[in-house]
Amino acid sequence: MSQLDATFSALSDPTRRAILARLALGELTVMELARPFDMTQPAVSRHLKVLEGAGLIVRRVDGAKRPCRLAPAGIDAIDQWLSMLRAALEANYDRLDTVLAAMSRSDNMKRKDTR
Amino acid sequence: MTKLNLTTEGDRYVVATRYCAASPEAVYRAHVEPELIQQWMLGPEGWTMPVCVNEAHPGGKSRYEWSDGKGAGFYPTGEFLELEPFSRIVHIERMHLPDPTPDNHIETKFTQEGAGTLITMRMTLPDAETRAAMLATGMEHGMEAGYVRLEAIALPLG
Repeated sequence: MSQLDATFSALSDPTRRAILARLALGELTVMELARPFDMTQPAVSRHLKVLEGAGLIVRRVDGAKRPCRLAPAGIDAIDQWLSMLRAALEANYDRLDTVLAAMSRSDNMKRKDTR
Repeated sequence: MTKLNLTTEGDRYVVATRYCAASPEAVYRAHVEPELIQQWMLGPEGWTMPVCVNEAHPGGKSRYEWSDGKGAGFYPTGEFLELEPFSRIVHIERMHLPDPTPDNHIETKFTQEGAGTLITMRMTLPDAETRAAMLATGMEHGMEAGYVRLEAIALPLG
C-alpha cells in the first residue's frame, strides 16, 4: 500500500479521525485518548498503530507511557475536515439520486394520469 | 460521472461538484422543497431531519434539525440571498454546535449537462477553530457514514 493509500485508509475511519481531532489540541496518552470514546485501551492502541503506520502521528517513549501527537508532516487539519465533508456529501448525494429517481417516476405517472 | 469532486479554491473556499441524472428543475426542487430535502440532506446513516424549514425566497429563513433518534442533534440556520429557478441558489448558513459557527456563504449552481445536471456548490472554508469544532462534533455525534455529516453536517452541509 502506498503512503497515500495508507493515509486515506487511516482517515476513512471516524474514530481515527476523532483521535486526530483530539490530538490536534496537543499530546495525549492512550489512556487519555480512550476516556471519551467509551473504548478499551487495546482498541485505541490498534487505531493508533494504523495512524502511526500511515505517518499521521508519532509516539515517544516516556517511561512506561508512549504519548502520541500529530506528525508534523502529517495530513493537516484542513484535509481532515475535507474528508469529513466529503463523507457527508457523498452520503447525501447518493440519497439525492434515489429521491430524483422517485420524482421522475411520479412525474411520469402524473403525466399518464392527465393524458 | 456521478462521483463527487471536492477541491479547495485558495484558502477561502471549497468547491464540490456532483453530476445527477435528472433535470436542473428536479435537482433545484430537491434543494428547496422541505419534504424533498428531508429525504436526502441527512449526513450520516441513521440520522433523520424531523424539522425542515426552508423559505425559498430572498430574505427567507432556513432551519434544518437533525436527530439521531437518541436525543443527540444539531442544526444549521440560514437566510436566502438569491434564488434563480432552476439554476442558482445563494444562501448563508451557520451551524449551531450549539454555539453558532461564523456564517458560511454558499452558492449552489445547477447546470444542464447532457441529459442531467451538474451541481456546483461553492462554500466558505471555515476557519481553523470552526473546523476543529465541527470535527469534534462530528466525532461526538458519529457524523460519518458518511457526514455530516458534520456535513453539515454538517453541513452542511447544504
